[in-house]
Amino acid sequence: MGCPMPKLTINGREVEVAEGTSVLQACEQLGIEIPRFCYHERLSVAGSCRMCLVDVEKAPRPVASCAMPCSEGMVVHTDTPAVKAERQAVMEMLLLNHPLECPVCDQGGECDLQDIAFAYGKDRCRSREVRRRVRDKAMGPLIVTAMTRCIHCTRCIRFMDEIAGTHELGGFYRGEHLEIAPLIEGPLLSELSGNLVDVCPVGALTSKPYAFRARPWELTKTESIDVMDAVGSAIRIDSRGGEVMRIVPRLHEGINEEWIGDKTRFACDGLRLQRLDTPYVRGSDGKLQPASWAEALGVIAARLKNVQPSRIAALAGDLVDCEALFAMGQLLDKMDVGNRDCRQDGAVYDTSVRAAYVMNTPIASIEKADAVLLVGVNPRTEATMVNARLYKRWRRGGMAVGVIGQAADLGYAYEHVGYSPVALRDVMDGKHAFASVLKAAKNPMIIVGAGALARGDGEAIHAAARELAESFGMIREDWNGFNVLQQAAARVGGLDLGFVPQGQYGMGVRSILAAAQGGRLDALYLLGADEIDTAHLGKTFVIYQGSHGDRGAQRADVVLPAAAYTEKDGTYVNVEGRVQRTRRAVPPVGEAMEDWAIIAALSRALARPLPYETVKAVRGAMIAKHPHLGRVDDVSVNAWQPFGKGGTLSLQAFGAAVPNYYMTNAICRVSPTMAACTAAILPLQQKGEGK
Amino acid sequence: MNNMQPKSFFFTPENEAEAKKIIAKYPAGKQVSAILPLLDRAQRQHGGWLPSAAIVYVAGLLSVPEVKAFEVASFYTMFNLEPTGKYLIQLCRTTPCWLKGGEDIARTCETRLGIKAGETTPDGLFTIKEVECLGACVNAPVMQINDDYYENLTPDSVMKILDDLAAGRKPKVGSQTGRCGACSCGKGDE
Repeated sequence: MGCPMPKLTINGREVEVAEGTSVLQACEQLGIEIPRFCYHERLSVAGSCRMCLVDVEKAPRPVASCAMPCSEGMVVHTDTPAVKAERQAVMEMLLLNHPLECPVCDQGGECDLQDIAFAYGKDRCRSREVRRRVRDKAMGPLIVTAMTRCIHCTRCIRFMDEIAGTHELGGFYRGEHLEIAPLIEGPLLSELSGNLVDVCPVGALTSKPYAFRARPWELTKTESIDVMDAVGSAIRIDSRGGEVMRIVPRLHEGINEEWIGDKTRFACDGLRLQRLDTPYVRGSDGKLQPASWAEALGVIAARLKNVQPSRIAALAGDLVDCEALFAMGQLLDKMDVGNRDCRQDGAVYDTSVRAAYVMNTPIASIEKADAVLLVGVNPRTEATMVNARLYKRWRRGGMAVGVIGQAADLGYAYEHVGYSPVALRDVMDGKHAFASVLKAAKNPMIIVGAGALARGDGEAIHAAARELAESFGMIREDWNGFNVLQQAAARVGGLDLGFVPQGQYGMGVRSILAAAQGGRLDALYLLGADEIDTAHLGKTFVIYQGSHGDRGAQRADVVLPAAAYTEKDGTYVNVEGRVQRTRRAVPPVGEAMEDWAIIAALSRALARPLPYETVKAVRGAMIAKHPHLGRVDDVSVNAWQPFGKGGTLSLQAFGAAVPNYYMTNAICRVSPTMAACTAAILPLQQKGEGK
Repeated sequence: MNNMQPKSFFFTPENEAEAKKIIAKYPAGKQVSAILPLLDRAQRQHGGWLPSAAIVYVAGLLSVPEVKAFEVASFYTMFNLEPTGKYLIQLCRTTPCWLKGGEDIARTCETRLGIKAGETTPDGLFTIKEVECLGACVNAPVMQINDDYYENLTPDSVMKILDDLAAGRKPKVGSQTGRCGACSCGKGDE
């Protein structure tokens, strides 16, 4: 004990490891594979499955390597016949009650039990006892259970306790009667519940929407990123025959570790439905009629002819990639149109400084924070992976959280500082006790929600938050604790590219919508913009470009079908300002094209051609103008400069910026799975019942 | 059974004071360890069984997720999650008792009370439960009724014990043959 770097011998090879390293981890360092079920590197050690047995010299019996810390001079064997026999015995026990139904089990082909049984299983069963059957448990619309297959590794219980923080699963009764179950049967309330499918080493917990749809070896795997929120989780898109079958997480220590939110994972069935697969033009009968690309672009060109630039506007949506925003911006410049905005929520805060609209504390650095003030934000629904990181940090102890806004269930304990923005002033003036917590903290953070900035007093909140960050030591050479938590994948990219009102008379979202309603706007270009009130656009000629027949397309006079995020190579900038790229997993449906290509084609139709033939050309031009967009996966430190103009903080309480986590964009609004979640889980969450 | 579950549960003032004492025995931050004695208190207060509301209440007292309290309560067989009779008869069925006639003891109980193991008499007086070794093998066969052990049983002595309990009398506790503990002096041995 107490040896700083114990040296031990494994299979005759010497290895020096850090104190506290388990034998299993030491084996991994040497590249020796140890079979395991209950051990998971991101969860606490249970030591219950016994599959990782190794022999340690002078130890009286085989040792579970996951739970045995390395000590000086240990001599470990992992490949002797004795070890193999011990593991075979464990495997025989594990398989005693495990049904032989691999052919009808969805885990087949990616099952730890199957794989390890291949190495350590015996070809026949010696038991003549009756096998136990366990009743399946209802776990809601995302997870299907087959509890007889469960080997009681308790990974799912530990995941809910240690990562999701909702404590929904437990192991009840004991021995032969042990059952894993939710305390109250029914939908799991956590937005991370889908990860149970990955965590379960057998087929006890599998994906309900994906059930019996494909086998893993049939799938083409494409590494990409998610756009359901601004976090940009690393994902892998599994497709077959041009169809996205499922989405699973990919490891990214800086963002999502190895988890993803349920929306990221399960909204992909929305990619099959209500897709715009051909251009449409609204006919004289008021109905949208299918048209060819040439016809649709021709109609637009005809309608925009002789329209004053000041009576044209463009709005960009939440899922648009940087290439499209860049090309659109260039086209608007050529047309001399200054009316544009990428903030559909109507926010008008100062975006001249990058530090003013991103998370300046990278997600991974949350683990260094010791005090957090959340302002008008519910990270659980707005950025699930950020909340998971906050929970992880809180769980370690020594982090105080204060909340200004709705007192939602975030999974961790917090001090409720106030309901309205005025509470910011109380903290500022030291009137609230949380001020002293922030003052005493070494690495304090403030996280301001995008919803807070979209309010009428958003600019005042923005300025107050900056003031607070500066006066509480959040802005230092080595630490920047000022964070704006964006909700939309396209937002930071849009602001980086300056897709905001241009020139002295350029209009933003609020003015554009008011102008449309007041008949002062002749043409409105919706680039995937669905989150605006499309009911009051007056007689404006509306062009919608996007992937789904959602709100924007319904109002549009011309519809241009675009590729969804799984169908294109696009650049996105996440909430931390990290540049990432999606990759094309499947081709666009029907006649749909990538966004930049549509804009390029339109530019030619308008006789203001953009010189782009390939996405690489657009990207090259974009990077030439905005070099940081070329530095993929880089989180740069943003210079701290004065920003914001301030105002009066309102007494009006903060609302929920995302009232329904499962329905935030055009893709999840048509997803049957997200609809099922909305019906089953949302009412329970709103009842505020922690299970 | 579900309609037996009370809607809410609170400790009596005495038990609440006792609970505070129990919790104070554990070091700061480790109060969760008090869960077993507190669940036991709750079970005693509620007439020998632990309703869900009591488990939730104890979880709340210790600020532990409810599911963890349910895990504990369901793990230990001495917590009864369903109502029991006034007298909970626990019959040992492990080898030493079985060798010494434990099956006869079980049959005697079942015939006398007209119920099988796992059942409760209609008057709510007796529940029979089969358990594993009670740890008093030296005086086998053995049964436990509520907190008391009854040892060196014979069908006759079992009948007498049950008659006494049914009549509201207090039967003799411990060895029914008068054996002094596990003493080998022979006193009270058959």
